[in-house]
Amino acid sequence: MILLQTIDLRKQFGETKACDGVNFVVNQGEFLSLVGSNGAGKTSLVNLISAQLTPDSGQILFEGKDITFSPVHERIKAGIARSFQIVNLFDGLSVFDNVALSIFSREGKAVNMAALADHDHAVRAECLDVLGQFGLRDKSAALAGGLAQGERKLLDVAVAYALRPKLLFLDEPTSGVSTRDKGQIMDTVSSVVRAGTVTAVVIEHDMDVVFRYSDRIVMMHEGRFLADGTPAEIRANNEVASILLGAPLST
Amino acid sequence: MSILIIQILNSLFYASVLFLIAAGLSLIFGVMRIVNMAHGTLYGIGAFVTAWLVGRAVAAGMPVWLAFLCIPAGAAVVALIGAVIEPLLLRPFYRRAEEYQLLVTFGLLLILEDAIRFFWGGLPLTADAVMDVVPSMHIGGFIYPGYYLIVIGIGIVAALGLWLVIYRTRFGVLLRATSQDRRMASALGLNVGLVYVSAFAIGCFMAGLGGAVIVPSQAAVLGMGIDALILAFVVVVIGGLGSLQGALVGALIVSFVRTLMIQFAPEIELAVLYLIAAGVLLVRPTGLFGSA
Amino acid sequence: MKADVPRISYRPKLLLGLAAILVLVFLALLPLYLGIYQTQLLTYGLIASIAALGFNLLLGYTGLLSFGHSAFFGIGTYTVAFLARDAGIHSMELYILIGLPIAALASALLGYICVRHTRIFFGILTLALSQVLYSLVLKLFWITGGTDGLRVTRPSLLGGTLTFTGGGAYQRFVHAYYYYVLAAFALCVVMMWVIVHSPFGKALQAIRDNETRARFLGLRIRRFRWIAFLISGTFTGLAGILWVPLNGVTTPDVTLYWPVSGDIVFTALLGGFRNFTGPIVGGLVFTYLKTYAVATTEYWQFLLGVVLVLLVLLLPTGIVGALSALVNKLRPKEKIA
Repeated sequence: MILLQTIDLRKQFGETKACDGVNFVVNQGEFLSLVGSNGAGKTSLVNLISAQLTPDSGQILFEGKDITFSPVHERIKAGIARSFQIVNLFDGLSVFDNVALSIFSREGKAVNMAALADHDHAVRAECLDVLGQFGLRDKSAALAGGLAQGERKLLDVAVAYALRPKLLFLDEPTSGVSTRDKGQIMDTVSSVVRAGTVTAVVIEHDMDVVFRYSDRIVMMHEGRFLADGTPAEIRANNEVASILLGAPLST
Repeated sequence: MSILIIQILNSLFYASVLFLIAAGLSLIFGVMRIVNMAHGTLYGIGAFVTAWLVGRAVAAGMPVWLAFLCIPAGAAVVALIGAVIEPLLLRPFYRRAEEYQLLVTFGLLLILEDAIRFFWGGLPLTADAVMDVVPSMHIGGFIYPGYYLIVIGIGIVAALGLWLVIYRTRFGVLLRATSQDRRMASALGLNVGLVYVSAFAIGCFMAGLGGAVIVPSQAAVLGMGIDALILAFVVVVIGGLGSLQGALVGALIVSFVRTLMIQFAPEIELAVLYLIAAGVLLVRPTGLFGSA
Repeated sequence: MKADVPRISYRPKLLLGLAAILVLVFLALLPLYLGIYQTQLLTYGLIASIAALGFNLLLGYTGLLSFGHSAFFGIGTYTVAFLARDAGIHSMELYILIGLPIAALASALLGYICVRHTRIFFGILTLALSQVLYSLVLKLFWITGGTDGLRVTRPSLLGGTLTFTGGGAYQRFVHAYYYYVLAAFALCVVMMWVIVHSPFGKALQAIRDNETRARFLGLRIRRFRWIAFLISGTFTGLAGILWVPLNGVTTPDVTLYWPVSGDIVFTALLGGFRNFTGPIVGGLVFTYLKTYAVATTEYWQFLLGVVLVLLVLLLPTGIVGALSALVNKLRPKEKIA
């Protein structure tokens, strides 16, 4: 079933065509990687879908409904969430509060000022559960600002995941992380996401990570889609290889 | 008809003063991204210094046209104060959160307001001598002080002068480069500190000049700084912070509305101005010419 | 795999409650050892703390610095004055019951204009707004009494059961009114404590820390800021309502003029605006500081300005912030539980 579809989406910044007629289809249940060199338009596409940018023309359909000009909070309610490439957390709040806030917001409880946040048992249980899945449970009382980089990246994903979205965009979840931690992070992220039956679109540069974890790989180049297929298909595609690596891959 | 002309001239006169204050505020914000809460008080200091200088000049028997020089002198004193304040009090806060900058300039406001009281006491200070020496004109059956026209002229010259400096001189390029990206400018070898203190001094000069030109027509009183600050704020809210055109257009709008309100309902003058500002913000959240 | 959810630890909250009760008892016993003047001063201090608590919801927790809170203080005082003069009401309870909704309404309206903007524009708008109010009250003197202001005679407390007339009435009033304000203060502290520890309070802090991310959590930023503004203005309005019966008169210069806003800002900074108790400490300390400054020199505003600048330079986390940093340094390193 098609979860998300963009129709001829265009966005231009001056001379640069960030999105040049993009027809993007995401099927439910997929774990999709969005790849391409810097400036290919990946982040712009995600920004357009997550309402950080408005398109010049084109349409965005989510579960069949037109969300092209819907404001952020409506898209989140509809079930779209994202994490950020440059870690975007509430540094002054604890790890626990960061995730709990997602849950409160999702449940519409964030406006509640007459009860203590700590004392909501349901939220507490779910929050600790999510933190556990991401391996952050024993850091729950620590301030988000004080965590190590790898943990912060995981928390960034956890905060978005706690919104229980239908479609989750992960913007370079392993960037800025040491190679050893990358695998750990992606293991955690992909297992949690798949177990939660969340459809995921991951922007990634590390091709090892991409090939290892994705069901499907979509490649962008200069604002347009260049290739779209399974890891095996992409690997066999010489055009892709030359753009990404400068030379065809030897199998 | 003559009354209309007089009202228009009055509005232009007041707009000139407002423009001077608001342009200074906007310039400082545009280059340094700080709002100086003590800006109005500097205007007040300009008025008091100028009035005091005029008083001294007259008492010393100087020819009155020479006393005219007290106006730029007063403004220069304020610029000097600004040149001292910026490196001492403001520079430590550029890296800190914006709240702290506002708090420091607010503290400065308190200090300077009382400094005025300390130096000149609680009584108003006048500089009528300067205005008296300018010949009056006849408009219809009315006598109109020629001094007001001079001030309007000063306002126009200031607007043009600022525009020239910012957009047509090398210094202006430095100003604009530093306001765009401070770190980049510094990395390119620009003396950011010099640019900052110059920009701040110019901004303070403008505020001081505003006070200096108004005091021959209106006595310098305690608290005039705050009243001016509020109006300057309304001007930049309407016109947009950091914009020269915004300061000009905003000053004209505020001044004309003010003249109108003084005719018909003086008590609610400020309330009406605020409502206009709020209205502008609803449509253009950064003001008419402001940038996001 | 669902692990056991550890039970919520009530111990820290119990300890906190105990400490609060001790402080309350201490405050309740103080008037027995203080004279009338000191009791009155302490009452003003508690009122300043209430105003500061309200103000700090905006500054410390929502990240919005308002330079116009004198507006709400003045709305509180003038509402009481109008009720006294035009409606013949002299009951403290009625002052509060009628005054609070009016303060809330005013905050809602003014907040609607101001919270669409942040940081500098917010500061400018709030300052300008309070001065608009000041100029209105000053100029419409046939309604508001202009610079002379309006008098408010001693109201009755506790639904009319306590009235203060006859010999020694002033002393009895000051004494009783202290406890009245203390009770209000305690209530305000508890309410504000719940608010900042509620999901709403967490959301405000999130918006303060990272507006973008908060938006991507689905939080309606403007709405939250507006509600915070409403609560903040109402608390400060309550402070005004409590203040005027003690002062006996309300004039524009001591309620709406911009230095009053400055005082409120000062109290938050002095106590420390990143702590809950900061504003409380700030309100009390500032009241004594200002009284001392005014008594010492004619140029107390200069003094306050200097202290403000020094605070920002040297002690930006305020008294409570500095004290807690000190305590943390002295405490042996323990694992964050």
